[in-house]
Amino acid sequence: MSERNMMKVRVEAERCQGHNRCCSIAPELFEIDDYGYARASGDGSVPPALEEKARLAMKNCPEHAVRLTRQD
Amino acid sequence: MSSRPPVNDWATDFDHTDPRWMNDPFPIWDGLRTRCPIAHTERFQGAYFPSRYQDVRDISYDTEHFSSRRVIVRDEKLDPPIPSPPITSDPPEHRPARMPLLPPFNPKAVERLKPGTQALCARLIDAFIASGRCDAATDYAQHIPTRVIAHMLGVPEADGELFRHWIKLALEEGIHDMSKALQAVGEMTVYFRDQIAKRASQHGDDLISYMLALRHDGKPIPEDKLLGTLRLILIAGIDTTWSAIGASLWHLATHDEDRRRLVADPSLMDTAVEEFLRAYAPVTMAREVVKEVEINGCPMKPGHMVLLSFPAANRDPEMFPDADKVILDRQENRHAAFGLGIHRCIGSNLARMELRTALEEWLKRIPEFRLEDPAGVRWSEGTVRGPRQMPMLFAPEVRT
Repeated sequence: MSERNMMKVRVEAERCQGHNRCCSIAPELFEIDDYGYARASGDGSVPPALEEKARLAMKNCPEHAVRLTRQD
Repeated sequence: MSSRPPVNDWATDFDHTDPRWMNDPFPIWDGLRTRCPIAHTERFQGAYFPSRYQDVRDISYDTEHFSSRRVIVRDEKLDPPIPSPPITSDPPEHRPARMPLLPPFNPKAVERLKPGTQALCARLIDAFIASGRCDAATDYAQHIPTRVIAHMLGVPEADGELFRHWIKLALEEGIHDMSKALQAVGEMTVYFRDQIAKRASQHGDDLISYMLALRHDGKPIPEDKLLGTLRLILIAGIDTTWSAIGASLWHLATHDEDRRRLVADPSLMDTAVEEFLRAYAPVTMAREVVKEVEINGCPMKPGHMVLLSFPAANRDPEMFPDADKVILDRQENRHAAFGLGIHRCIGSNLARMELRTALEEWLKRIPEFRLEDPAGVRWSEGTVRGPRQMPMLFAPEVRT
């Protein structure tokens, strides 16, 4: 898959309340700071094999803080 | 309470301490959601009850019109309210009170408590498994969060009986009798003052020592705030998780297909735990209306309370397809069991670990079980819902 239509994930810091749902569903894609708040690992690129997990992380966030985009 | 006038109409006269509501609230909430999504009562000096997810969410996020200074709906309002920061804090005080408490409850810190919790569950099961029966609420579920939180705070595990006595005073009897709530506060204050004094000479590796060492602008946390937070940690971490463990076991005892499926396929545990938390969310919080506001067409008056029912939100069919069905592998589950917005339960990682561990250890040793008598289950009064008595029988072939 080309760089252009790669899925990207990010966490809106002002919405995240530290429920930790994203990181428990997709530990490959998220990391948690000392206070329990989440952020995307690395630059947020989602390998194709992890797209379904990224979607689940988004759909299980109680605060709607996880966002998915596609670069195209 | 038997002396209270009976409820005739849940939409205009609800009472969340009515035995019908305590034993089986779900049909009541379903009725309200279609007929009158925001119910009201003149009881409790005036209170609203939103039953839809979206309304609960909007109120949780709206700290301008809804204050957390009172988080329990009682017959009378205590003035001034007793602060237990950060749960009773509003912005801007909320954030500085909350942030320092987050690291001890982060996922990594909680993971370190897992082996000890597993061993604790195993010891509890050892004590009753040979007899083929137990009270799953009083012999098992209640001891798990009590001992874990005692361990974290660095107070004697043997004081668990005392903690439960305070919780009953504060959250059950204290709803109708303010003097009981005040008694609990007084007794807890004496208890924690003594614990603080003990640490003057010797700091330990526990949460009380951690909080005593905190500095804000070079100054320690003032004693009244510290005591309020310690009371909160003790109360918030015990009957809540006890309820979640108990209600999950109640479900598995009464739903053979779900029980066998989970035993056969432990990989379902991730989604099953979230589904139990959704369907049997134990905690209902409250807010006080502080500015006139309209929610979903319902005008709300300052001074009235709002019962903020995360359990009712979690059963809203507009948000959750088949909301009344427990689906162990439910994939999309934005449930609100731990609240929404800035007051997300600080102990949510801990509660999840305890619930999961309690279920794993139980199912490993006791895969087949049922209620001894469905009528023998007693559900709690007040705003934390879960079984307080639950006699259980195990199949003879698993008695080892």
